[in-house]
Amino acid sequence: MTKQGVEPDSLSQPFWDAANEKRLVIQNCVDCDRLQHPPSDSCRDCDEGAELEWKQVSGRGTIYNYGVVHDCPVRLLQEDQPFNLAVIMLDDDPGIQMYSHLPGVPVDEVPVGAAVEVIFEPSANGQLVPEWRVIED
Amino acid sequence: MTTPTAPDSMYRNDEGLGIWEHRGKVAAVGVGHGPTSRRWDGRAETCVGAITIDALRKAIDDAGVAPDQIDGLVVVPVTTTGAFWEAGKPLPMDVIQSFNQTDDPLDGIAKLSAEWLLANMPELTNVQFTMYGPGCMSNALNVTAQAVGDGLTHTCLVVKSWHNFEGRYYQGGANAGNAIPGTPAITQLWGGPASYSTALQFAEYCRRYGKTHEMMAPFMENSRRNGLRFPEGYWAQHRPEELIPEDYLASRWIAKPANLFDNDIPIMMSGAYLFSTAERAQDMKQKPVYILNHASSNTRPRSLLPTLDEVEADTARTGRKIYEGAGISADDLSFENMYDGFSLFHQFHLEGLGYRGIKFGEALDFYQTDISIEGPNPVSPSGGNVGSGRSRVWMHTDCIQQLQGRAGARQVTGVKPEVGVSGGPMPLGGNYTVWSASPD
Repeated sequence: MTKQGVEPDSLSQPFWDAANEKRLVIQNCVDCDRLQHPPSDSCRDCDEGAELEWKQVSGRGTIYNYGVVHDCPVRLLQEDQPFNLAVIMLDDDPGIQMYSHLPGVPVDEVPVGAAVEVIFEPSANGQLVPEWRVIED
Repeated sequence: MTTPTAPDSMYRNDEGLGIWEHRGKVAAVGVGHGPTSRRWDGRAETCVGAITIDALRKAIDDAGVAPDQIDGLVVVPVTTTGAFWEAGKPLPMDVIQSFNQTDDPLDGIAKLSAEWLLANMPELTNVQFTMYGPGCMSNALNVTAQAVGDGLTHTCLVVKSWHNFEGRYYQGGANAGNAIPGTPAITQLWGGPASYSTALQFAEYCRRYGKTHEMMAPFMENSRRNGLRFPEGYWAQHRPEELIPEDYLASRWIAKPANLFDNDIPIMMSGAYLFSTAERAQDMKQKPVYILNHASSNTRPRSLLPTLDEVEADTARTGRKIYEGAGISADDLSFENMYDGFSLFHQFHLEGLGYRGIKFGEALDFYQTDISIEGPNPVSPSGGNVGSGRSRVWMHTDCIQQLQGRAGARQVTGVKPEVGVSGGPMPLGGNYTVWSASPD
């Protein structure tokens, strides 16, 4: 599945730069030491003046939940319908979620609770995008 | 006059606020709806501005007040169902020139300002208070109730309208492009449709409590049945078809486990109400329906999507806020009209309310019992968005009309209509109103 290309903006630039280096980083509040994703201009938990940083995480997680997309609004993905769309919880902080198409997992046969690890796949304009694959026993 | 957006202070977001200070002192009286249609046909008389004027005039007439008595107007400015006027598409100048315009040519066509409405309703000569309650009617009702209670306006119109254009839902704009900006890409690159988040919450619910999608069928059938008794609704006006379980369960998936019917159908419509002080409402044409409380949730999920734990914690909190401010308990509810678009989250609202004593994980079993308007436990007597199309208005209209005793073929008969609750939209992030036939 080829996803739309990504044009990093000022807020998301560190996330996408790290992805191009095959590293997964998540925004972290220095003041309250709490990860947040998606990123924001301010910490969602403490005051707006809190310092934010980007923190590299392990790239390991668990499949929390999933649905099967049969009617996708994104044109580039429509030829791949139906497809899995899962939510991953990070091992570093299960409160942090990331999306995944779970490449290699048959449609609607998603092993909820299975361990996964991050991989990086090129999007339509070459920007690498975090994806997740099931870790075989 | 520049219309401000309602400040956060007008919403009751917190627990522990006690009884609402204006409990029973604000009333809804008049109701008006514009005609429904699936999409705009391009004519001036059917644009979103025109159907809004129609709804407002009907609400005024329904309340039996002279237009010059009205001193307030609360508007939801966003009218899109997910359809946008594409950049570069020629403007419909014939339509634009049919109305008095503001400085935005799409005002009245793809959005709605209070200024546009006042410019095109010359009979509203005494409106001194205007305010935006962004989001949906549920927000605007909270703002209107608070404004009337605070004395900012004494006879106030509130309106929410929807436009819908040609083309597939949410498939234009950025979704049709080859690349998107980096920040929205973090959430949108994977292509989940609008109902995806709700579908996942429902999937987790089914896993946790051992329930199935099939168990939704009685709720869907009941909602359409009630909706077909709503003369202003889309299905009643254009496609008067029952929704039998076999058809519901055989419909195509959108984001499994959400199917086509779990996604409310986008339509054009407008709904309006006339609010006043309880004292002034006594002299109006319809029986006043008193506002006992309004409550809001501004909770956000920790990350991308609300987990079931987050949903249950917040709907329970919302239930407590609703009851606390109204000075009632779940036992006092005659019926409920909580939001249903998407259908797969209606049970979260019910369980948060503890409607008829149901607890987390029990609502789908409750759906297998008598939830009809003739029974002792009416669920969504309006039929909601499932029964009449996407408006986020039907639930409120139904509460008013049930308590006025003029819900027609939808009138609940298994219970005495004394107190109802409506609101939404989402389990996390919503606005709610408690309505009563009596101010006490």
